[in-house]
Amino acid sequence: MSTDSTRPALQLSFSDKLRLWWDALARPTQWAVGVPFIILIALLPIIKPPLLTTVGTDFGSVLAQFGMFALLAIGLNVVVGQAGLLDLGYVGFYAIGAYTVALVTSPVSPWNLTDDWLAQDWAWLFAVPVAIAFTAVSGLILGTPTLRLRGDYLAIVTLGFGEIVRLLADNLTNITRGGQGLTQVAYPVVGVSEERPNGIFSAGNTIAPLNSGTWWFWLSIVLIIVVLLIVGNLERSRVGRAWVAIREDEDAAEIMGVPTFKFKLWAFIIGASIGGLSGALYAGQVQFVVPGSFNVINSMLFLCAVVLGGQGNKLGVILGAFIIVYLPNFFLGRTELLGIPINGDDIADYKYLFFGIALVVLMIFRPQGLIPARQKLLAYGRPIYVATRKAALALSRKPAVETKGGAR
Amino acid sequence: MPLLELKDLTVSYDRIEAVRGISLTVEDGELVTLIGANGAGKTTTMRAISGIRPVARGSVWFDGQDITRMKAHERVTAGIVQAPEGRGVFPGMTVVENLEMGSYSRTFKTKAEHDSTVERVFDLFPRLLERRSQVGGTLSGGEQQMLAIGRALMARPRLLLLDEPSMGLAPLVIQQIFRIITEINKEGTTILLVEQNAQQALSRSDRAYILETGEVTTSGKGKDLLADPAVKQAYLGVA
Repeated sequence: MSTDSTRPALQLSFSDKLRLWWDALARPTQWAVGVPFIILIALLPIIKPPLLTTVGTDFGSVLAQFGMFALLAIGLNVVVGQAGLLDLGYVGFYAIGAYTVALVTSPVSPWNLTDDWLAQDWAWLFAVPVAIAFTAVSGLILGTPTLRLRGDYLAIVTLGFGEIVRLLADNLTNITRGGQGLTQVAYPVVGVSEERPNGIFSAGNTIAPLNSGTWWFWLSIVLIIVVLLIVGNLERSRVGRAWVAIREDEDAAEIMGVPTFKFKLWAFIIGASIGGLSGALYAGQVQFVVPGSFNVINSMLFLCAVVLGGQGNKLGVILGAFIIVYLPNFFLGRTELLGIPINGDDIADYKYLFFGIALVVLMIFRPQGLIPARQKLLAYGRPIYVATRKAALALSRKPAVETKGGAR
Repeated sequence: MPLLELKDLTVSYDRIEAVRGISLTVEDGELVTLIGANGAGKTTTMRAISGIRPVARGSVWFDGQDITRMKAHERVTAGIVQAPEGRGVFPGMTVVENLEMGSYSRTFKTKAEHDSTVERVFDLFPRLLERRSQVGGTLSGGEQQMLAIGRALMARPRLLLLDEPSMGLAPLVIQQIFRIITEINKEGTTILLVEQNAQQALSRSDRAYILETGEVTTSGKGKDLLADPAVKQAYLGVA
């Protein structure tokens, strides 16, 4: 009875095919493919592939920066990609995370704890959960009044929040020392040896290839995997389904019985704490925190990574973060590319222009991002399939039922 | 005791009162229709009942309980489920995922209960079964409307609110949708229906209220209103 059961076959894009292939693999096979891939990525700063390796800056440090950006992108993706809340002040959470670590561990900070009872060696590790907790609370404080707003209004308010955090850091001079910044921020002191008197994570460890950048990159990979597991589980739960519903149609979600405000707030808090974690990493790696590092343009870069990679797709936003961090560094200091002489420093200087053009082009040809999301919401995936099959069989046996719905 | 009762309900957008002190009741098991022209306040009334729109004055009572201040998502758990105007289908979710969202607030005791609910919806709307893995945004208008109603049924409503189910649909599809609405009602679900398609709505409902510029002007049995000369002239296009 169905008039158009002969619809054209579904056109599958490359990413859909890749996803289908990946989903079809058994769990052990997925591990067998995934783990070597991650190890390969992790070994990049040691292998130093010829064309891929940056020339102007240390490759390990670039990858460490990518690791932090990837964390930020995953966190922002929860807010923007999953729950669909446009947050333009995400750098504020990054700053709060970094400043929390700095305030607790820097000897020049008035709230330094490392003098009294906190050993310098362990200070960073202690400060990280504090930073996460602090940013989570700041997410709650920002979210409670503002998440009643929607769309553009929310974007403007969060934009303001990002600026407020930076201006506070700049102007509360007796706490943050303003533009002078907080120095000698703690970092994890491990792997102390003759050549590396301050441990492997110290900025003073410049012995390539196992310099501090490489170690921070490896630490960030571990954290990214942990965060991905947590966020992935959330996405597959009722919480994730609620986020998708809110993103697609907030009113409809509410009348389906989704407590929208509560879940929007949760998205904000979770996103904020991931941003705080990344900020804590940053403070530890650079060991120096100034307000200038948290300009609002960074918020735009984070958002650019999410949109470029594919909102709502965790792997996509990691790819986006890689592009945003890696490309300018790729050109930095390069005088020729594949035999063609170029001025790499100039190209790197114009990165905002190129990202802007890239975004415009992407929005025209591939608005969902490089790796688009296709959410799997089905908590009851298989039962539904069985039920629909059963119903389909019943229908084919009872033609009478079919004609009932056959008004056309 | 009526299942739903609006007492002197006023809903306003800033200073404009879209609904001005209306009172109506819906008894358990009834199919009640609210008809009126554009801007009469039908959708606003619906939104106030489902809790999306705050109430300025008056109260909403459900099953003997004052729910005027109850949050929208809590009303779903209480048993008031709406299929919104303009259908409100989640555009990026498949038909099946949309239906799953419908049962978000409901916990199924057994898998069999869940399966039979889904099967029931597919039974009412075989078209949805054909389209089960298609995303909501690519469905036709009629299919989206079926999905919106089916999704609302997934929550097992005690009171089903249908906001203009016939909007923008072809006459044949409208007939089909109305047939199914009647069927759902006959099976024991109370329905409050908002419509502009007065002919279809009145002939199928137990009672009806006519809304004009935010006030109830006439009410009575659906069949009686259908015969009422004033109603005929205003809503049925018959002189």
